[in-house]
Amino acid sequence: MNRNDEGAPASWEVFLRARRGLAHQHVGSVRAAGPDTALAAARDLYTRRGDPLSLWVVRSDAVHAASPDERDPYFSGARHKPYRYPEHFPPLNDKGPEGDHDQ
Amino acid sequence: MNARPAVGDRPEQATRDATRAAGTTTAAPPSGQAHSAASAGQGAGQDELLAHFDALIEQGETIEPRDWMPDGYRRMLIRQIAQHAHSEIIGMQPEGAWLTRAPSLHRKSVLIAKVQDEAGHGLYLYSAAETLGVDRADLLDALHLGRQRASATFNHPALTWADTGAIAWLTDGAAVINQAPLCRTSYGPYARAMRRVCQEEAFHVRQGYDLMRALCKGTPEQKAMAQDAVDRWWLPAVALMFGPPDTEAGGSDARTAALGAAVSRRAMAWGIKRHTNDELRQRFVDQCVPQAERLGLTLPDPAIRWNEERGHYDFSPIDWDTYRTALGEDTHWARRRIDHRKAAHDEGAWVREAAAAYAAREEASGAPAGPAADVHRQTQEERV
Repeated sequence: MNRNDEGAPASWEVFLRARRGLAHQHVGSVRAAGPDTALAAARDLYTRRGDPLSLWVVRSDAVHAASPDERDPYFSGARHKPYRYPEHFPPLNDKGPEGDHDQ
Repeated sequence: MNARPAVGDRPEQATRDATRAAGTTTAAPPSGQAHSAASAGQGAGQDELLAHFDALIEQGETIEPRDWMPDGYRRMLIRQIAQHAHSEIIGMQPEGAWLTRAPSLHRKSVLIAKVQDEAGHGLYLYSAAETLGVDRADLLDALHLGRQRASATFNHPALTWADTGAIAWLTDGAAVINQAPLCRTSYGPYARAMRRVCQEEAFHVRQGYDLMRALCKGTPEQKAMAQDAVDRWWLPAVALMFGPPDTEAGGSDARTAALGAAVSRRAMAWGIKRHTNDELRQRFVDQCVPQAERLGLTLPDPAIRWNEERGHYDFSPIDWDTYRTALGEDTHWARRRIDHRKAAHDEGAWVREAAAAYAAREEASGAPAGPAADVHRQTQEERV
């Protein structure tokens, strides 16, 4: 079976806002020829239950991700900058690190 | 064209989750939490990558698509997820055959929802498999060509309406026991897919049990039909839904048990599986016996009896070799399942071609394609 003859459908990443107050969350992917069919497929697949509010589909090849080789410079912020965390500093009161203002 | 962003099918430098490091304790500065493996430079060797991988598994962390992973781990996952996905979609067939013959509109609606869920489970799993660098079209080709298989459980016909109940109660019940631990499997996308599957699977089992209860409370003919369905679906569920025996306690011969045990040990060391096949099989029997008693049905195994000493029900050992011969890919029903699947795929070719032609035309005309143009307007009304 020659898949090219069928026009192998593109991959789309699916993002769902499952309910109010939540950001869209990546839930998986579907295969579809175009955005309309991708949305329909995503609806059928990821919203069969619950009360979902909104659905996004994004072509998988349109998602740009940080290259693994660049990971260290990209993601090293937390390691060398302990002063970004409250625990780096003394607590405000006697109750210790869980003191009122630290919560 | 089908490039996926998150596929990590080549060895990559091991990553470290800064968020996790920052969140582990409140007392120590996050810098103290950095993994030593993460300081590996660009030329990190295989050993170091493996050590980091092993450490993540050891800590019960998930492996994500961009992480380096051993080839064997990737292969085992692809094989298992593909087999699982194939089983979901092939599993639609025995029950799907009864959709037009359901005895009431209510039962028909329920069965449609259930069969649709099975299709969905297959798609969740193909999506998860694709994060490992395979293409779902290739997996389907492998199924059609017999290079990969679906669970042989479904290579049985659903002869009566009661079979739809027995399948849901017994094979879906077995699936839940198999799948609940998979919600914590070590590969992130697989675990997340399984959580969705498990949430939906509970409905399948309950509606099946409810269907059986209705038949058992009905006429003697209806009750006999329920018993007949259980007689035919009990062994396929208990033998085939859990895979080959992998302990000698499971009752198989030493060679089969050793073969099964080797695979299970590897899968458990990698955190893909959490329990042996035989352990899960026992759990299934322990749950089903009282359920069958409440229905007034007899499980077709005279060896079933409560063993006070073990705290479990005894049951007949699984004669795996017999099953393997009787249910190989060359049986009548195995061929029918695959032929049906291939026919559906081939007959749907014109739909896929039309969708591709439509998408190409829309793209050429530069028109913003329908509802996707404004993601913020995607509200529930559009779900119909």
